Amino acid sequence: MIDTIMDSPYINSLPFLIEGLKLTLIITITGLIFGFILGALAGLGRLSKSRIIYGITTVFVEVVRGTPILAQVLFIYFGISEDLIGVNISGLTAAIIAITLNAGAYIAEIVRGAVYSIDRGQFEAGRAIGLTEKQTMRYIIWPQAFKRMIPPLGNQFIISLKDTSLFSVIAVNELLYQGRTYYNATAEVFETLVMVCIIYLMITVPTSLILRRVERKLDV
Amino acid sequence: MITVKDLHKSFGKNEVLKGIDAKVDESEVVCVIGPSGSGKSTFLRCLNLLEDITSGEVTIDKETVNDPRTDINQLRAQVGMVFQHFNLFPHKTVLENVTLGTTKVKKLDANQANELGTQLLEKVGLADKANEYPDSLSGGQKQRAAIARALAMEPKVMLFDEPTSALDPELVGDVLEVMKDLAREGMTMVVVTHEMGFAREVGDRVMFMDEGVVMEEGKPQQLFESPQNPRTQEFLSKIL
Ligand SMILES: Nc1ncnc2c1ncn2[C@@H]1O[C@H](COP(=O)(O)OP(=O)(O)OP(=O)(O)O)[C@@H](O)[C@H]1O
Ligand SMILES: [Mg+2]
Repeated sequence: MIDTIMDSPYINSLPFLIEGLKLTLIITITGLIFGFILGALAGLGRLSKSRIIYGITTVFVEVVRGTPILAQVLFIYFGISEDLIGVNISGLTAAIIAITLNAGAYIAEIVRGAVYSIDRGQFEAGRAIGLTEKQTMRYIIWPQAFKRMIPPLGNQFIISLKDTSLFSVIAVNELLYQGRTYYNATAEVFETLVMVCIIYLMITVPTSLILRRVERKLDV
Repeated sequence: MITVKDLHKSFGKNEVLKGIDAKVDESEVVCVIGPSGSGKSTFLRCLNLLEDITSGEVTIDKETVNDPRTDINQLRAQVGMVFQHFNLFPHKTVLENVTLGTTKVKKLDANQANELGTQLLEKVGLADKANEYPDSLSGGQKQRAAIARALAMEPKVMLFDEPTSALDPELVGDVLEVMKDLAREGMTMVVVTHEMGFAREVGDRVMFMDEGVVMEEGKPQQLFESPQNPRTQEFLSKIL
């Protein structure tokens, strides 16, 4: 009995798929860390009174959000040639850059939306007691906005995680790529894809559940 | 204490204040009444430059508010403002709400700030709420906390924008009591209000605003009992 389970096509693919999951998580997490930094800066740019800064960040956000991530990664990987920038971009690097840009653009809007969602009265109350604009942002607006950013940021994690599956087209051996390689060799297409999806779900479902609890706790 | 000369304020093409002249003496309590949309809030918000002034001049304690050389943050610290919707900081405790400005603007150290904050919370009857968050307070308590927050800056002038109109009727009294105490202590106050009882009892002068101008002003007794302007008469007949 145990032998048949252990020998099932579902289980056999696992070690191979887990290798893929590792890379999927590395791309997602690294991409999101850089994406958060980029997004926070771009989000601030979108709130800026300077027309130039506002303009640049708006173009960035619109271009990235208005084009498919698949086109972006192909552009980064194949479109930008080695002659042009002097270094060869590996598939993994291209993948991380694509997630960074993409998450960055969406996080910029999350940041902007969170700041805008804070009642204007908060800003006015801060200024009315004599705080500078900077102090008001720092002590009053940001702490409240940051709380509101947590649920959409968690959501962005799930989206970025799923986006990494697109990188199989540039032969990054993330989870889906590993699955495809595996079923091409064994012809166990159905079983392998079931396992691939289960692994994605094992990350995304708990994340959603945690998010929902956090949301309730934060009352946002 | 406050002088307003030919104050105009437009939002885009919409001129909301059409030339206001006013004077508030030290320790005077001036109540501002008038129909909705007449520009009462805008007038008040121009006094501490929460709204840019389109033209005219506002001086508070000899400092011109709308002079680019004036340190507006320093000036705002001396002009307390109380809002209709309290605008307490929800992520800070009641005491922290009161002490924030004293530590960040007046640069008191934490001990001094807490001492002053606790004293003020006692004054407005909220000593026992110091460590609670605003969410757990009633409307009247929130407004009293907001008053304490403004007082912590030791302002020369207090501006109130309909401080009781978001409150359940049974909670209005406590807030008005605190304001009466302030008036008795000699605070200079400008109060936009619908509480005619308060205006009558505490106000030294009442200004009636309509369509962006001061239509009439005078002692409460005089303005309420024998209003001269037909618009004032009409307004008062509706609300009294
Ligand atoms: N930020 C703003 N932008 C554009 N128009 C504004 C702004 N604030 C106020 N107004 C307009 O200015 C006019 C006067 O508004 P204000 O809030 O000063 O009136 P109010 O006398 O305080 O009325 P209420 O009794 O309802 O509070 C209104 O017509 C309003 O629509
Ligand atoms: Mg108003």
